[in-house]
Order: sequence, then structure tokens, then C-alpha cells
Amino acid sequence: MADLIKTNRRDFLKIAGTAAGGLFIGFYWSGCDSPKMQVLSDDEVLAQAHNFNAFLSISPSGDVVIYSPNPELGQNIKTSFPMVVAEELDADWEKVRVFQANLDNDKFDRQLTGGSGAMPHSWERLRKAGATARHLLLVAAASQLEVDMDELATEKGEVIHKKSGKKIAYGDLVADASQLEAPEDVSLKHHKDFKIIGTPVKNVDNKAMFTGKPLFGLDFYREGMVNAMIQRPPFGMKIKSVDDSEAKKVPGVTDVVTFNNNVAIVGNTTWPLLKAKKLLKVTYEPDGTVESTEDHDRLFVELMDKGKAQVMRKDGNVDQAFSKAAKVVSAEYQCPFLSHSPMEPQNFFAHVKGDKVELVGPTQTPDRARMETAQLLDIPTENVSVEITRLGGGFGRRLRADFVVEAAELSKILNKPVKVTWSREDDMTGGAYRPAVRYKFQAALDEEGNMIGYKLRGVGINAGNTTRENNFPSGSVDNLLIESVNHSSPITTNAWRAPITNFLAYAEQSFIDEVALAVDKDPVKFRLELLDRAKNNPVGEIHYDVDRMKTVVETAAEKSNWGKDANVMQGFSVYFSHRSYVAQVANIEMENNQPVLKKITAVTDCGIVVNPTGANQQVRGGIVDGMGHAMFTNMTFKDGLPTQKNFDTYRLIRMKEVPEVDVHFIDNGIDPTGLGEPALPPTGGAIANAIYKATGKRLRSQPFIEQKEFSEFNLEIKRV
Amino acid sequence: MANYSLKINGETFNVDVEEDTPLLWVLRDHLGLVGTKYSCGIAQCGACTVHLNGEATFSCTLPVSSVGSDEVTTIEGLSKEGDHPVQKAWNEVDVAQCGYCQAGQIMNAAALLKKNPSPSMQEIEDTMNKNLCRCGTYHKIREAVALAAKNK
Ligand code: FES
Ligand code: FES
Repeated sequence: MADLIKTNRRDFLKIAGTAAGGLFIGFYWSGCDSPKMQVLSDDEVLAQAHNFNAFLSISPSGDVVIYSPNPELGQNIKTSFPMVVAEELDADWEKVRVFQANLDNDKFDRQLTGGSGAMPHSWERLRKAGATARHLLLVAAASQLEVDMDELATEKGEVIHKKSGKKIAYGDLVADASQLEAPEDVSLKHHKDFKIIGTPVKNVDNKAMFTGKPLFGLDFYREGMVNAMIQRPPFGMKIKSVDDSEAKKVPGVTDVVTFNNNVAIVGNTTWPLLKAKKLLKVTYEPDGTVESTEDHDRLFVELMDKGKAQVMRKDGNVDQAFSKAAKVVSAEYQCPFLSHSPMEPQNFFAHVKGDKVELVGPTQTPDRARMETAQLLDIPTENVSVEITRLGGGFGRRLRADFVVEAAELSKILNKPVKVTWSREDDMTGGAYRPAVRYKFQAALDEEGNMIGYKLRGVGINAGNTTRENNFPSGSVDNLLIESVNHSSPITTNAWRAPITNFLAYAEQSFIDEVALAVDKDPVKFRLELLDRAKNNPVGEIHYDVDRMKTVVETAAEKSNWGKDANVMQGFSVYFSHRSYVAQVANIEMENNQPVLKKITAVTDCGIVVNPTGANQQVRGGIVDGMGHAMFTNMTFKDGLPTQKNFDTYRLIRMKEVPEVDVHFIDNGIDPTGLGEPALPPTGGAIANAIYKATGKRLRSQPFIEQKEFSEFNLEIKRV
Repeated sequence: MANYSLKINGETFNVDVEEDTPLLWVLRDHLGLVGTKYSCGIAQCGACTVHLNGEATFSCTLPVSSVGSDEVTTIEGLSKEGDHPVQKAWNEVDVAQCGYCQAGQIMNAAALLKKNPSPSMQEIEDTMNKNLCRCGTYHKIREAVALAAKNK
């Protein structure tokens, strides 16, 4: 550390270059006080390592190199992927070093972070990568020891001959083993035999993160690069005039460039750019429609009644069901736009050199970054390289490539390597939001309180299909109609953690609660009745596994003591998304006539839990995210521009607003089914239903704190 | 432009910058100490937290001209080997998701424990509430600060 401080800028850059690449796992706080342990540098290990496959190399020193191809943004993939490879290899985890792989379509597939899909997609190939290498090490060991392969076992980086007690370290076998032909088929372990998977392995980047090493895109520096910030237009507007005279006067600003409706300020460091940006005078004029929140509110009402809807699903005859219903329940729910607002604002480094481009930065979709850049510059995709840094959050915003392509374009114009940094204000106003959506639900009930008809219509602003038409409760109702209406807007939208379901789940699960209570049924029993119907006699096609859903519902009821304590007002919610199932119960108790949110219990079925600490935090983090945005966060528009531009007005959840969260997993041995998103959708509904139980107030719009009803009771949050 | 002699992590650095340049950008752009993070720039999130004579301070709104001879400590200088009790607790509890906010969280927690070696949960929350974590690692931050206090 002291060395780092003393070094000059140049030397620091060298450190930056390697530290971003790879790191020790299992680091020792006391450093090298064990004289027996000879620690090789990453470069030494890499130079010696014998390659087995795209994921895996092993050096004669026994150090195991595992490449993690997918972008790491906090879902812990850089730790959990290597765990899977190491498991089947029977590696000594202390000797594993993890490196972030660059984009490489020949070696890897689906090198992206989105849809909670990385682990389900790669589970088997990661296991095979480890198992194949283990097999080759066994073959090499058998020939060295001149014994039969089935007399051999592996454990913690060694091959063991049980009869003779002989052991050979993997490092001593790699020269031979890596020359052998890989087998077509290998057997994989039974999940009950896992030794690394299912244990709490610490994040491989801990030491780098906690000592301030340059890991993130914003930390990237290249000798000779310039910095830039860009003034982008409001939505639906184009530049009318640019007066950059004052901006250019700021010391440290070297250039102001207008391109593509953008004005870029260029300099060697960041502060002059932030200053100059405030002095830039750009006027805009409409380029199509310019929208404000009032327009959206009006559109929601209009389109809900007479918008042209796309029928997403139709079962039976809803009109008939509603006309003969003993009771009809109807409600509308609405949510605002949201910004992704990762803590690390958007940024990217680009260097266009003739017909070649080097890209470095935080992206969820390196391949899209490459393709869009190649397209823009009209060069072959293989001329574009993408180095993936750690991402300071993504939440879906970094699935786009707008912030990459503009950096490449600017580098070409300037003929220099450039890093474009978005200020927080740029990040919040520069687009691609969670779309605003309004839903209308209607339920028809017979005399016995059975749901005989169900209608859902969603209206979204640039939301695409606002429904998940084959999810629950589809399959459990004879007569059902699901429709979606879209309004095309110049305001850009994008997937936002648990796209669509981040709001649909809250609306639907609140409505189900309304329906259950309207017919005097317990909300959990009511859901179970519907699930039984979907199980025994399903209506049409369904995309969820009824048994898995029932299990999380029943387990959550049990773990939360559902309905057992009259002093605890509980709200229930369950949702299936991204292949996984999560049920949640929120507990509210009255203290001094005031409702206090005390606890959220969550039961998750995501199949095999690869890393329990990581998984636990994915669930808690998802709940904090779901709760924060349901309760506090709003984004409104005025003339094509968000009103909220930074964290002073865009309210994110803070530590004191987080209740106790009790996390449980279903242990069923099913292959992993995704965990980065599924815990978020149910949270808003669980809280809203508990609030209703405690106060009789039904919250039908988000954020809760801005609803009139909310001010009448003022929810408190009790922490641990 | 003016010349400033800054005491950072026990070393002296000379920089030639505009006087309104926030310490954050001096650290990141001029000295290559990028462990201190930029996120909001308006003293709302705590990602840029450093110690100024041991006090947790937002470096994004602190002009370099007002630092004077104050001792600045950044995450890079919190400990030599990354073994400050707070850093160890952060590893033990495995706090981070994306990790971007964590240098600021650690610096804030370290300053708190220096002043108040055994804070109550309420005191931990009062202090740590200044730092945003978009990933929602708040439960673990709480736990790690309490653990660091215990292990000190
Ligand atoms: S960057 Fe300084 S408080 Fe947010
Ligand atoms: S760990 Fe991602 S913002 Fe805190």
C-alpha cells in the first residue's frame, strides 16, 4: 500500500492495469507471514499455466486460474461461476485465482448479465469445464502411478491413490494432463457430494474493493487519454443553438464538440468538465412530441378506456362470467418512471485507431457494445475489442450500448483515446427508465367466492407487453382476458431489474388480496385454492410450476407464523419470475397507535443455492430494492426532462428505512434457476397488503409515501 | 491555478490545480487515488468519504483550497495491509454486492469507531445513514460495523 502511494502517476497506472485483471482469492490479512507459502504473482501464474479449456488453466505450482466471462455488477457471478468449476475439479479453493475474461465469442457464449440467466444457462458447461480437467488429471495420474483409474480419487487439488496412500498434486500432473484429448462425456457429481457449492465462499474481489483498488470503469486510465462529458438533449427535443463561449473559458477545457444532438466538453481532468457543463448554453426545440407527467396521467385514463389493446391471452368467455357474477371487484394501480441510478454513473473508454476500436468499461452486454460500435463506424465486428471492468451496479441500464457508442464516436472525432463520464445528473436525466404503467384488474366471483372471471389490462409508456400473460393466476380461472396497450414516447425506457414484474407483481398481488378479502377468505388459502385449480385442472397453457409455487407459499406461511398472532398484521405476496419462486410476508405491529413495519420473511425456491452468503444477500438486496422504490422513489417529467436530477430529490432507500429480513431457501436439488431479480417483485405487494390489514388503507399507486392515504397513518420502520 | 501541498495518507503531495477543485477530483484525477468514488457530487451519498483529521468528510464538495495542512486519509491509506478492523470485518461479513459504495462506507465506519469505539446500533445507524448503497447491503453494513467494534 505504501508503495502505491509513493509511486508517481505512471507507476500507478501499471498497478491499475494488472489489478483490474485478476486477484487472489482467499487472501490472508497477515500477508506472507507463513514462510512455507511461496506466493507467485498473477503474471507468473498465467505465464506457467497449462490450458484445459476456455474457463480453466492450472500452473505447475498448483495455482488454478479460472476465467469468469460474465460481467460482475453485484450479482456475485465472479465468485459463484468459479465455485462451480472448482467444485467439479475438486480444486483447493485457496489456490484458485479468478480473472474477468474479456469479450470472446469463440470461447464463451451468452457473455452478458441480464434476466437472472447466467447461472441457469452456464451451470452445466461450468461443471463440465471442471469435470473434464479433473478427468484428464486422473488419466495422467493413473499412467504415472501405473494403476487403474478407478483406484484413484481427488480431493482439494490432489489425486489420491487410496490403496497405497500416494498423493500427486494437480500441479505435478498438468504438463501431461493438458496434452491429453478431452473426453466427450464426463460424469458430474451428485449435488449431495458438493464440497464448495453450498458453502459460504467470500467475494473474490473483497480485498481489492475494500482497499480501494481500481476495479471499476470510472477508475480506468490510459496514458494519453482525454476526459469528456456530454450534454444530451431532453426527450423529444433537438439542438437549436449552442453558445459555448463561457464553457470554453474554463481552465482545463480543451475542446467543445457538437455531434449528433450532443455537445461534448473535452479536457484532461473531470472537474473542469463539470464546471463548464453548467456554463454551456444550449437551447432546444421540439423534434416530435415533448411529454410531461400530466400528459402521461391523461393518456393512462384515455388509453385504459379506449386504447387499442393487444389481446395477450383469452380463456373461456369473460363477458358471460362477469354478467352472471355474484360479485365483481375492480381496481386500478399505477407506477411512475424510475431511473436505474447505479452508484457508479455511466462511463466508457473508447479508442478508435483507424478501423480498429478498443473499448473498456462497465457493460452488461459487451457483445451489444461491440456490434453497435462496429455498425456505427461501419467496420467488421472482429475489429472491436471489449474489456469488461467491474460494474458499480447496473440494474438493466448497462444492457444498452448508448454510452459506449457515443464514446467511440467521440474518439473518432477527436482522433484520441477518450473516457466519457456521465455526471450523476447526466445519468439520471440521460434516459432509459423503468416505464410508467397503469393496470386495471377486474375479478368476477360466484356465490361461493370462487373466481370465475379475471380481466387485466395494462397501459404502458414504451413498456412493450405490460403483462406476463401465462403467469399466475392464468391457468386457475376459467374465463380470463389479458390485454396490453402501449403508448410510444420519445422518453427512452429499458429493462429495469425484474422488468415489468417489478411493478406488475405488486399490483397483481395487491389485487388478489383485495379479491380474497372481498369474499372473506384468508389471502393465503385463497391463493392455494387457485393453485390447486391450476394443478388439478389447468385452464390453457401455464409457464409456472404449480408445485414449486405452492411450496414457497406454504413454507412462507409456516415460517412467518401466518395468521397465528392477532397483534401482528401480515401481508402476503408471491411471485414467479426469472424461473424462480419467491413468497414474502410483511409484518406490521401497532405501537402507540402507529403502524410499525417490523419484518419481512422471504422464502425462495431458486433451485440449488451455489453460494449461501451471496444468495442470502441477493434476496435481502432485492427486497431492499423493491421496498425502497415502492415506498419512496418517484420520477416525474416536465417538457421531456426528469424533474429529479440527483439524490437530493430522487429519494433512494437508506439504512434506517430497512426492516429485519428473514431469508429461507427451499432445498430441492433442482439445477439453479436464477436469483438476481426474483426477490424484488413480491416485496411491494407484501408491504401494501400488510398496510391494508393494519390501517384499512389500500395503496394503489407508487411511491407509497406520496399517496394521500399514506399521510393519514405514517408508517414507521423498526430495525433490528 | 494554484499550488497546494497536501498531506495524504502520511505523504506530502504537491498539486497544481484550480482552487475550487474538490478534493475528490484531486485524488482521482491528479494523484491516481481512485479508491475514493464519485457518485452524486452534491454531498448526498457518501461514496466519496475520506477522513479529514480523522473526521468523515465528503470529498466531492470540499474545495482543495480549504484543506490546508489538514491530514487527509483515503481508503488506500486506511491501513498498510488492508487489515484495519473495519476492513477485516467487511471481509468477514462479506458485505459487498457491486462494491462501488463500500470504500465510502468503510471510511465512514472507521471514523465512527475512532470517535466511539463501542457504538450502539442506533449510533451506528445515525452515522451510516449518510451513505447510500444502491445494492441494498444495509443489513450487512450494520453487522460489519458492530463486528468491527467488537473485534477492535
Ligand atoms: S459523491 Fe460525494 S457525497 Fe456523493
Ligand atoms: S454494494 Fe453496490 S452500491 Fe453498495
